[in-house]
Amino acid sequence: MILGEGTEGALITELVFWTIALSTVVSAIAVVQIRDLFRASLFLIVTLLGVAGLFILLRAEFLAGVQLMIYVGAISVLIIFAILMTRDLEDGSTAHNFRIPVALVALILMGVSIYAISNTEWNIIGTETLNTDQMNQAADVFSNGIPTLAKLLLRDFVLAFEVVSVLLLSAVLGSLALVRGR
Amino acid sequence: MNLQDIYLISPELGIGVVAALVIIVDLLVSNKKVLPIVTLVGLLIPLFFVIQIDIDAGSKTGFSGTFQVDDFAIFFKYLILGSTAVVVLSSTEYAKKFEGHQGEYYALILFSATGMMLLASAMELITLYVALELTALPSAALAAFIRERKSAESGIKFLVLSAVSSAVLLYGMVLVYGLTGSTHLSEIGSSITAYGLETSPALLFGIVLITAGFGFKISAVPFQMWAPDVYEGAPTPVTGFLSVASKAAGFAVILRVFYTSFGLDDANIDWANMIAVLSAVSMSVGNLIAIRQNNIKRMLAYSTVAQAGYLMVGLAAITALPGGDDNAGPIGVLFYLAGYAMTNLAAFSVVIAVSNIKNNDSIESFSGLAKGYPLIAVAMTLAMISLIGIPPTVGFMAKIYLFSAAMDTGLEWLAIVGVINSVISAYYYLRVVKVMFLSDPEYKMEKSKTSYGVGAVSAAVIAMVGTFVFGIYPAPILRIAHTAVESLIG
Repeated sequence: MILGEGTEGALITELVFWTIALSTVVSAIAVVQIRDLFRASLFLIVTLLGVAGLFILLRAEFLAGVQLMIYVGAISVLIIFAILMTRDLEDGSTAHNFRIPVALVALILMGVSIYAISNTEWNIIGTETLNTDQMNQAADVFSNGIPTLAKLLLRDFVLAFEVVSVLLLSAVLGSLALVRGR
Repeated sequence: MNLQDIYLISPELGIGVVAALVIIVDLLVSNKKVLPIVTLVGLLIPLFFVIQIDIDAGSKTGFSGTFQVDDFAIFFKYLILGSTAVVVLSSTEYAKKFEGHQGEYYALILFSATGMMLLASAMELITLYVALELTALPSAALAAFIRERKSAESGIKFLVLSAVSSAVLLYGMVLVYGLTGSTHLSEIGSSITAYGLETSPALLFGIVLITAGFGFKISAVPFQMWAPDVYEGAPTPVTGFLSVASKAAGFAVILRVFYTSFGLDDANIDWANMIAVLSAVSMSVGNLIAIRQNNIKRMLAYSTVAQAGYLMVGLAAITALPGGDDNAGPIGVLFYLAGYAMTNLAAFSVVIAVSNIKNNDSIESFSGLAKGYPLIAVAMTLAMISLIGIPPTVGFMAKIYLFSAAMDTGLEWLAIVGVINSVISAYYYLRVVKVMFLSDPEYKMEKSKTSYGVGAVSAAVIAMVGTFVFGIYPAPILRIAHTAVESLIG
């Protein structure tokens, strides 16, 4: 099975990828750099949209849809509501004395990760090429995405899936206890 | 999912159900004094299931290999259940400060304990991560439980830093998954052995990130900076819970991941010396800063950092020299964790008892305690002695075991650093003892009006008895730790 679609298709994909990736990164930087909290949250929406675009490029259309609905739709609305309802909070990232050391640490980390990632052969360990079984599996993921995901969530990773609901319950309980009676 | 899976997870299910039960009882009953009793009696349910599984013996996996119950997991389940019970008992009176939120308080502690128990059994990165969040998120809410500025700050700090550390951890996990093609710990392990770590910088980077993420959770240097502020601001029982149960769960997951996935016992990479250096730095930094503290909770927070350093001695003791026991290091870690749990819970229960009456966490508030309340003064003294590592306490036995494991693996220098640090730590631990026995009471003790609290005092006494008895007769714990480590390493 061929996952790419010839050279022209690949070129366009490449172009789209770089456009989306760049705008995602730039808006992510804007989120942390802009002082106005409201504008920062608007840039956050751009970032989240960019991530949804990357998901589409990776052929994870379902994930892209989820990303759009939950993050771009619900979460960003929640953030904006929270900003509107908190009066005394106007500035996003407040000034502090750690800017230079923090930037230094971040740069070093970025350097190390770029070095590590570019100096690694990205094969799945142990197998140089995918065997037919794995290829079929991959094809199944692309053509039959949602059922595969359902199988993974509700069979293979059902424990994690159920524990998440306990996690949500405890989060609700904790935040209610902290907020109630104020 | 089948019945066998349900059976394997019954302790976690049980403790989760008890948490829900506590909330319901909280709604129906107006007398909140029932809640700790319900919680404590309820904890017998998961305990029963753990014992049941323990009797069945042998390692069993369930949930498509994501969950494993073996002697190693069972050891930690006992430990977590025990520490949770003592924390609940010690907060019986302290919980009055929570103004009608006692139900939520106990439920959140139980949820966090559920996460820790899952963590001890998780055999797969996604399950492991979700369990880790389940331990951290309720803890963050608990840290902010008092209506005070400091407590709120503590909660926010814990939330933000645990989110950051989770992000680091997740990034590491993604790299490891990307290169090994599996999230199952054992499959990652076999991929890494087949491929070797040296040839893949990204894999190494991923492992370093995962290690850093875990380092945050156990508050080892250089990821310790959150501990003092969080420990000082949080309600004292929560501080005790974080420093004992969370730490135990953190070490459980570190041992599990490093031995099954990253080939800690593989000779290719010099893990021993890397961990040894971190361990030495952790001890020294923790102890040196603890000396200057006047707030008992802050002092105990830095002491926790130092204790994480001692525990890492056991992680560094990997491959024994000929004639030694390869498993001595991890066995030492398990034994030390059990001993440390008793000791630290005794110390925190006393701090809770004192703050019940004086509403103050400074070391001066302990002055003259021995004259008014000799029992809890003795409990505190024993706890301090055990934290230093002087006989006849469990802390002494544990340190002997860890340091001799270090000697057996050729890390004599680390053992020496450990002993020197123990001597340094004596200075600030014994200061508390001195204040209790030699200083005059700040103000008169009015026995009739206010009390230190039956719950807090009995928790202190239980933990003290454990500290003392296992200091003289450590064989039972060592035996369990031995089988636990065997099920992990083989």
